Amino acid sequence: MKRTTLAAMALFTLSATSAFAESVISITDAKAFETAPSALAGGGFMQITNTGTTDDRLVSVEADFPRVEIHTTEFTDGVARMMHIDGIDVPAGETVTLEPGALHVMFMGLQGDPLEEGETVPATLIFEQAGEVPVVFNIVKRDMAAHNH
Amino acid sequence: MKAVIFGTTTLAAAAAIGLYVWQSQPTTLCGDTAVAGSAIGGPFELVSETGETVTDADVITKPTLVYFGYTFCPDVCPLDSARNAQAAYMLADQGIDIGTVFISIDPQRDTTQVVGEFTDNFHEDMIGLTGTPEQVKAASEAYKTYYRAVEGDPEYYLVDHSTQTYLMFPETGFKTFFRRDTTAEQIAETTACFIDELS
Ligand SMILES: [Cu+2]
Repeated sequence: MKRTTLAAMALFTLSATSAFAESVISITDAKAFETAPSALAGGGFMQITNTGTTDDRLVSVEADFPRVEIHTTEFTDGVARMMHIDGIDVPAGETVTLEPGALHVMFMGLQGDPLEEGETVPATLIFEQAGEVPVVFNIVKRDMAAHNH
Repeated sequence: MKAVIFGTTTLAAAAAIGLYVWQSQPTTLCGDTAVAGSAIGGPFELVSETGETVTDADVITKPTLVYFGYTFCPDVCPLDSARNAQAAYMLADQGIDIGTVFISIDPQRDTTQVVGEFTDNFHEDMIGLTGTPEQVKAASEAYKTYYRAVEGDPEYYLVDHSTQTYLMFPETGFKTFFRRDTTAEQIAETTACFIDELS
């Protein structure tokens, strides 16, 4: 079923940013933070804007890791609960932000190949309407404000 | 089987802290989450980044920020650890030396090497601790934190966990805790206040 969707959406793939697509998705500030050498997971963050006229939904993310999922983190009385979710709605005319402590793309199974500053993570975002949207996550150092140690 | 639960629900854990604060004595000069007493903290035995068994007395040798988390967590734990490290750097700039400690509540995946490399990312002196499931459970109970591994995925499981950071002093123990929306500046300021108060 996913394959069919992909095929059907193939037309939209190349035109995802052109004006005649119903859902027009653009991605800004796609980034992931560098991880420790032995880290098993990393997070991907970005802003997804739908400038089209149809609501859309990010349903999966593909990248070269053993597992990639869409996650959110909720807080209840100081307890953080990170969980796998089915997708992220991106209504027409709106921007959704994936940011630390909330929605994120979870890259899992980094074993031995950490995210390193200056490298990139190429990925494909799959939307219900816009189809495949390529994105490149830039790996950046964590902002330590005044202290870059 | 993987689940280690202190209290029965997240609310129980939170309530334990809430109740504790509520029952405790009037606030001190150093902030309204300040409580006096020794019900939080106490002895623990864990394993250091170099594989040695260490106790609270080995680890808390100066005013110290103590946080419980896990390295598989890509955003919350690094964010909170980075903030604690930043508070330590801010205080260092004022000539105040504090420690930072990260205690893993995911001993199955967080080996000594993994916690060591994770903490080095934030502060060269941040101490990463892990241990046997029993050691970690005991430390978590001493600090009244909550954690629970979500079952069903042997490799990529997620762990729910408390996110407060404790300010501990050697000898006198628990001073206050910081919620995760507390800034590095606020932590530095409150910590400096407690250090002042005792000197
Ligand atoms: Cu996640």
